[in-house]
Amino acid sequence: MIGLVVVVAVLAAATAFGLWRRARDGRVVEAKVDDQRLGPDELGEALGSRATLVQFSTAFCQPCRVARATLSHVAADTDGVVHVEIDAEHHLDLVRRLNILRTPTTLVLDGDGRIVRRATGAPRLADVRAALPA
Amino acid sequence: MPTRIDPRGPRFAATLTAVVLAVVLVAGSAWLLAVQGLVFAAGALFGLPRAPYGLLYAKLVRPRLGPPGELEDAAPPRFAQAVGLVFAVVGVIAFATGLTAVAYVAVAAALAAAFLNAAFGFCLGCEIYLAYRRLFPSQPNTTEVAS
Repeated sequence: MIGLVVVVAVLAAATAFGLWRRARDGRVVEAKVDDQRLGPDELGEALGSRATLVQFSTAFCQPCRVARATLSHVAADTDGVVHVEIDAEHHLDLVRRLNILRTPTTLVLDGDGRIVRRATGAPRLADVRAALPA
Repeated sequence: MPTRIDPRGPRFAATLTAVVLAVVLVAGSAWLLAVQGLVFAAGALFGLPRAPYGLLYAKLVRPRLGPPGELEDAAPPRFAQAVGLVFAVVGVIAFATGLTAVAYVAVAAALAAAFLNAAFGFCLGCEIYLAYRRLFPSQPNTTEVAS
């Protein structure tokens, strides 16, 4: 009897969580941390003149592949936009400093390297385009 | 080139796993949990396509579906099987030692993960990987100064 109650409770909670996550996943939002900057030292690559899309990934992460396809597509067809992918597992100091909790997390940097937007989960193509600084 | 698999295979396996784990909870069966543990172990060791549910998928389900629209990397679902195995082992030990409440919690967590994968394509094991690595880095980072 108690087992049945546990099953029903788990399925209800997981459904609620799944729906909540699906609604939020990949949304591009304003970066909360004020005035954080990243530069070539941290990224290992030069900044894009208009924007840099910094993607944190891990090996066991299927949505990271989706995010990679989306972001590299935007970088390839937009002047001054660069896509940089960072292996989170091997840059834990940066991951802690930027409070990255899961992958993929994408940071949108402006031309000066300031973090202006952030997306957790694979972002949608149109949302990434709309998030680019002018 | 990493191994690539039909993404519907892991989804099917997650569905069967969720059903089995729900039966484990309702029946309070440590034996059935042990069997599911062996299935997890096979998936973690040999990859999902060569584990029981993967073979079942290839034999019974795949022939009725068209070819997959895209393939996915085999490593993430394999890692998730290893996470499932940890929960199953904890559950079996807890059942065997009379810690029934602990067993229920372990199986409930595994059920939640399998159900989220089956219903939403959400891979809990993959999602917690970075959080796990933040706590337990894979190798001592000698360049990082202790603060």
